[in-house]
Amino acid sequence: MAAIELRNIVKVFSDKRRGRDLLTLDNINLDIEANDFVCLLGPSGCGKSTLLNIIAGFEQATSGRTLVDGKQVERPGSDRGVVFQQPTLMPWLTAIDNIAFHLKLKGVAKAERYDRAMEFIDLVGLRGFEHHHPSEMSGGMNQRVGIARALLMNPSVILMDEPFAALDAQTKLEMQEELVAIWQKRRCTIVFVTHSVDEALVLGNKIVVMTRRPGRIREAVNFDLPRPRDITSPEFNDAKRHILALIREESTRLAQAS
Amino acid sequence: MTSVTDVSPARPAFRLTRAFQGLERLIVPALLIAGWEAFARSGMLPPALLPAPSAVLHALGDWVFGFDETTQTYSGHWLRDALASALRVFGGFALASLLGILAGVAIGWSRLFEKTLEPTLQMLRPIPPVSWIPLAIIWFGIADKPAIFLVFLGAFFPVLMNSIHGVKTVDHNLVRAGAMMGANGRQMLTDIVLPAALPSIFAGLRIAVGSAWMLTVTAEMVAVKSGLGYVLWDSYYFLRYDIVLAAMISIGLLGYLSDLGLKAIMARTLHWQQTTTVQGRAG
Repeated sequence: MAAIELRNIVKVFSDKRRGRDLLTLDNINLDIEANDFVCLLGPSGCGKSTLLNIIAGFEQATSGRTLVDGKQVERPGSDRGVVFQQPTLMPWLTAIDNIAFHLKLKGVAKAERYDRAMEFIDLVGLRGFEHHHPSEMSGGMNQRVGIARALLMNPSVILMDEPFAALDAQTKLEMQEELVAIWQKRRCTIVFVTHSVDEALVLGNKIVVMTRRPGRIREAVNFDLPRPRDITSPEFNDAKRHILALIREESTRLAQAS
Repeated sequence: MTSVTDVSPARPAFRLTRAFQGLERLIVPALLIAGWEAFARSGMLPPALLPAPSAVLHALGDWVFGFDETTQTYSGHWLRDALASALRVFGGFALASLLGILAGVAIGWSRLFEKTLEPTLQMLRPIPPVSWIPLAIIWFGIADKPAIFLVFLGAFFPVLMNSIHGVKTVDHNLVRAGAMMGANGRQMLTDIVLPAALPSIFAGLRIAVGSAWMLTVTAEMVAVKSGLGYVLWDSYYFLRYDIVLAAMISIGLLGYLSDLGLKAIMARTLHWQQTTTVQGRAG
């Protein structure tokens, strides 16, 4: 049984002001195995974030079935950790309180909360900043808190919606490396949304290329280049060429259609 | 190395600027008071109609300390009057804060309360608090209660409006993050929405404490026989404009102090919020 099973997912947004419906996701079928690092790659507006929100339970598919660990997704829950595009931390809580927020909601005592959160503070390299508020930390540090917060819940899947899009190039590279290290160390299932071909190739072992609206799956590419990945190696470039060709083919098709 | 020597000559000038910064706030008030004093002493208006600042200060001094009974029956009674007003303001403000936050959060959070409660409250909002005086007197008689009721009316709506706004504008993604971490309905309200709405609620409380003091005179004019507002109105009957002005200053000062107190509570509660203003970081 796959960790995530998407069966015939269709999502239609009704645009009430213009009185028409917008087909955003058109019959998505996808199996994601446990411990996969899957990158959903596609241009803006292709519905990749919508698909992630459907798995997270923030949005409901118009039709189709979404199963996580064999259970139908109906609402958000702590079995699916989400890392948002913006850190989306509680600004009134310190880093450690943000990370341990899930435990607080469950009624775990403060000493144990902090004890367990410290492990994740160390994991994302924030020791010394545990009592800082989000407003006192940089965007990259806040995003680390966001990742630690999702990991602490020990979810069966982690859903990430372009979490590094707002970071500068160097911080982005560091965060990508750290994320891969964390994924290798903790063996979790990650679904990572991105519009960057390079990012998808650095991170994923399965790259799902989506088409422009309406979002369909063009091809799911398995990519098992050993890590750490050399982004100048022939294998990396072969895969990049293949994916770029898929995307180019798509835009040519669109150009011909119009 | 030259950069180090370049800095030192600028230092005395920098110190002068800092000394000036303390004084610059006083320039406008000092000029106004001096001009007022000069105008009052010029004799163009009878002193009874426009008392000089020195006369107002004298009246205020006697009202507070009772040194020469220029303020007659009020001499030395300031503290009692200020306390009477402050208690009414505090009573009305506390009640308004409690009910305003409760109703505001309910309306902001639940469609049911928004549909049932909000239209009625919004219809009551434009009615001037003063126009409630006749009803307040029949309902509550002549004592502290109608005064507290009027203060409440003035303070309630700013708290209500800002609480509704605060809850409604909570970042949608924070609510999603809360749901992702397994918050139930009650936790969503107490652990996420309420803290997120606090800055807006505090803004409402600060407006409300000002409105509360604004209504003391109106409230004490009609229904009670004590307080700063009562002294103000009573002195007007005896044409003691110096005491009228002293009462106005007292209300302004107490209102300012209430706001400072509220600001201090806000700074402690919202210490996590480091706002960057156009003039740089504000504490």
